[in-house]
Amino acid sequence: MAREKRRWVAYGLTVPSYLWLAVTVFLPLIVMLYFSFLSKMPFGTAEPVLTLKHYKSFLDRDFYHFLTWRSVKLGFHVTFFCLIIGFPAAYILARKVHGRWREAILLLIVLPFWSNTLIRIFAWTMVLRTNGLVDQMVHAIIPGAPSVGILYSYPAIVIGLVHSFIPYMILTCYISLQAIEDSMIEAGRVLGASSLSIFWRIILPLSLPGVVVGVVLIFVPVVGAFMEPRILGGRQSIMLGTVIEDQFTEVFNWPLGAALSFILLAIVMAIFAACYPLLRNRMKLT
Amino acid sequence: MFKGNTMFSYGYLALVLVFIYLPILVMMAMGFNESSNYELPFRFSLVWFEALGSNDALWRAGRNSVLLALMNTAVATVIGTMAAIALVRYKMRGHIVLQLLLFPPMAVPWLILATSMLIFFFYTGIGRGLHAMLLAHVALSLPYVIIVVAARLQSFGTELEEAASTLGATPLQTFFRVTLPIIAPGVAAAALFAFAISFDQFVTSYFLSPPGVTTLPVEIYASIRKGFTPEINAISTIIITVSMVLLLVVSRFYRFGGAR
Repeated sequence: MAREKRRWVAYGLTVPSYLWLAVTVFLPLIVMLYFSFLSKMPFGTAEPVLTLKHYKSFLDRDFYHFLTWRSVKLGFHVTFFCLIIGFPAAYILARKVHGRWREAILLLIVLPFWSNTLIRIFAWTMVLRTNGLVDQMVHAIIPGAPSVGILYSYPAIVIGLVHSFIPYMILTCYISLQAIEDSMIEAGRVLGASSLSIFWRIILPLSLPGVVVGVVLIFVPVVGAFMEPRILGGRQSIMLGTVIEDQFTEVFNWPLGAALSFILLAIVMAIFAACYPLLRNRMKLT
Repeated sequence: MFKGNTMFSYGYLALVLVFIYLPILVMMAMGFNESSNYELPFRFSLVWFEALGSNDALWRAGRNSVLLALMNTAVATVIGTMAAIALVRYKMRGHIVLQLLLFPPMAVPWLILATSMLIFFFYTGIGRGLHAMLLAHVALSLPYVIIVVAARLQSFGTELEEAASTLGATPLQTFFRVTLPIIAPGVAAAALFAFAISFDQFVTSYFLSPPGVTTLPVEIYASIRKGFTPEINAISTIIITVSMVLLLVVSRFYRFGGAR
């Protein structure tokens, strides 16, 4: 009897949260899947029919292949630069810096991460534009150099996104790096391993879970990015994300937007599937 | 050699910090620059902060943002804490499935969540507006709230709660007198997360805002796309300063990133 009651209490406590998630996440995703098979917007007089044409046009048209490739490439580039800049920083923080300095620097790294993403992207427009800070610095060093405003280019998008996401990589790598016991490294050293082989055979494998979490946390949102390419990319801004945005805000072809969204989702799920063996242990709450 | 190595390490960290802070500082400086299209040399002026005072659209958007963030914090923290207690303390059937259901809202790109909500809310007549944004913000905050509170709940045993109920406390008394005081730091951290997620949220607000009802990020995005305006630097400077000072205050009470 008391057990029966306990069970109802438990379900009662979870109902508000999961009802909320049902209305805002699960049901909308199902309805969007339905929309992606509609021939037209279902708000006019003529009834829409079910069709595969949006998925088919994705497969047929080179434009969409090009877009998808651009978005995935952007994901790779941003993740790669976050990793090669962020991992050494995390390594230095975890193994070379101690005490108050370490705390202070960590705090400085996470601090902007809590401020507005949009504002931080906007801030780069002032640094990268023609006559912006970078341009002026180059001209101060080499007078008469051609102007180097790289705003509205692909590199500008990469720089802005790396800046936005690098704290994730530093944090996740730092957490797994600082958990490595000093005794493991001592053992390696006593047994005659060189610094390089200690790094490759002890430190890197043990920090891999943190690296993978960082990669997933960065890759997934970057593939779906649309605001950053819009602000920093100019004519170079066209990505899968921006085309999806257009379907909802400019073109009003929601069925096509829905189909493209599900293709983006499939890409994201493929990434998760690839990383799942390494992520499995981190996905448990209890 | 050891010395050189340390120098290199600190030098590298300094460079990373310059990369992180340089654009923010330039943006702030331009908010105080007199020129309207970011011309140098720098001439100090407060005109853009003064201009803010008469920008009604920004003020309304700012009020909406704060209001949304506060409501989001209240709703997400309360119902999220309830769910976390059920998931950790009452091992009911299906709790693994319930935990797995927390991942889609975190792992699906916000763009997809936002567009699917736009479709669904139109389809069902919920429509766009502040209520729709609140629905979205709470959904995005809930998984984080549940995970943070659940982690805190797990870090201590059930002995105290059992003792309380053995001594005759009702479940509600046990919760308010025993459980809540212990998990309070976790709940506070979760509330802070929820506030930050909502206040920073651009993607879902952008798709769910009808003409005329905006939040700060949506308003700022619209201004950036229309063209450059130093007023945006002024408001951005205020937002960034406030959020950083808030985090600094909070960091005196919590440790971030597992620093020892």
